[in-house]
Amino acid sequence: MTATPAIAVEKLNVFFGDSHVVKDLSFTVSPGESYGIVGESGSGKSTVLRVLAGLNRDWSGAVAILGESQPKLRSKAFYRSSQMVFQDPYGSLHPKKTVDDTLAEPLTIHGLGDAQARIGRAMSDVGLPASFRFRYPHQLSGGQRQRVAIARALVLEPTILLLDEPTSALDVSIQAEVLNLLTSLRHARKLTYILVSHDLAVVAHMCERLLVMQFGAGVEEMTAATLAARAPKTDYARQLLTASEGFRRAG
Amino acid sequence: MSMPVAANANEQPLLELDDLRVDFHTPTGIVNAVRGLSFTLGRERLGIVGESGSGKSMTGRAILDLIPYPGVVSAGRMAYRGQNLLTMDKRSRRKLRGRHISMVMQDPKFSLNPVQTVGTQIAEAYRVHHKASAREARERSLSMLEAVQIREPARVYDLYPHEVSGGMGQRVMIAMMLIAEPEILIADEPTSALDVTVQLQVLKILDDLVTSRGMGLIFISHDLHLVQSFCDRVIVMYGGKAMETLPAAELSDEGARSRRHPYTLGLLGCLPELDRPKGKLATLTRDPAWLA
Repeated sequence: MTATPAIAVEKLNVFFGDSHVVKDLSFTVSPGESYGIVGESGSGKSTVLRVLAGLNRDWSGAVAILGESQPKLRSKAFYRSSQMVFQDPYGSLHPKKTVDDTLAEPLTIHGLGDAQARIGRAMSDVGLPASFRFRYPHQLSGGQRQRVAIARALVLEPTILLLDEPTSALDVSIQAEVLNLLTSLRHARKLTYILVSHDLAVVAHMCERLLVMQFGAGVEEMTAATLAARAPKTDYARQLLTASEGFRRAG
Repeated sequence: MSMPVAANANEQPLLELDDLRVDFHTPTGIVNAVRGLSFTLGRERLGIVGESGSGKSMTGRAILDLIPYPGVVSAGRMAYRGQNLLTMDKRSRRKLRGRHISMVMQDPKFSLNPVQTVGTQIAEAYRVHHKASAREARERSLSMLEAVQIREPARVYDLYPHEVSGGMGQRVMIAMMLIAEPEILIADEPTSALDVTVQLQVLKILDDLVTSRGMGLIFISHDLHLVQSFCDRVIVMYGGKAMETLPAAELSDEGARSRRHPYTLGLLGCLPELDRPKGKLATLTRDPAWLA
């Protein structure tokens, strides 16, 4: 690959007190690619995402985004290029702010004009009717809230979206809608995704390549095709794959 | 695979429900959470699946008489081994609850008492229903913790809920619900907060109990894959009504597709699958006529 990778992580280490939660992790994501990170709870997958998003400032190693090496404290320009969507749409939206307030805040922070048109565009991009603009989160369903969270991330027109279990709090039917939305947005806007999930089927559906993590270390990096063919090399990845197939009675 | 014993006509079903309704009388009108659900439960694994708001948890709570005000439960018939639950007084219902019918709640974090050790809580559950000394209850609790595959029962006994992991908390809950040896266990999303590998261990425990003790299990879940691989029969609920009841094996049976309810097919269609990559996931279309 000659092009600069959209995201390059090298020898990332994170400690929380005495526990070593991310161990020597390295990976690169090319522009326009969708990259998955899977693992069980406590494997450090969300921590990696939080480091990339600049939410965790206590790490060592090298992180380069769009070719620029990132300091611990990120610049404003970084936040225009990368945005994050959180797991729980019930917790990530301010309950006393309307959809309009939520979407206007990033625009004010970045001093972008033309807020009316941008908010309208972001809402129509995620398929929210304009009449929802002055609603509060409690007046929206789970799927609609997650759409607002995605619109909030998109309103700055970033090129990288960091998705932390974007559908695990949603029903399967709503999950399908949100995944379809993310897929079409990615194609329309040439976005780069990092998708963290514990659901192998979702990752295989959304991503071209994925990384399996266990105890903070990368166990195996593979393509979605390898996963679909059920041909991972490591035992742990195979074990995850078997576990995701559902219950099987012994004997 | 063992056939459900309920198929044996000589035995009375553990639970009979006919035309169960749960209504909430709110200031803005009556909300019908469950509208006319009927089923019988034998010594089997019965799955109830549906989206949020389909009334699946309310069904479990109605059986245990745990519907909060302003909810009202009514039914044509609701009986536990022939005893009519509808005419039973609160005291007798309470005696039944926990001892004969119990329920594992979804989230161990919110269902365990944070200021008591998990062991005390399990022992308490035993002593409420059985005459036993404190020492006897402790011993029973320790063996129950062992039965749910907790490695160091004596250590875990003295831990507080915040000191145990999610998977362990869920197993503690199961131990607490099973120590009274109920005939019916209602498990409301018992594994959705757990990792896949831990999830399988918990299911294994439940499965053993059904096969070895002949318990009846109502397994409430939104995970079709799981229900399909774990249960004997499945009720698919939508808007408080059963869309259909089918043998779990038929969920994945391609040949049986034509006989399936469109809602069931819709739920199956919107799942991404590892083996069959789909360009775009199907989304559900809901027909108001289903609720008519």
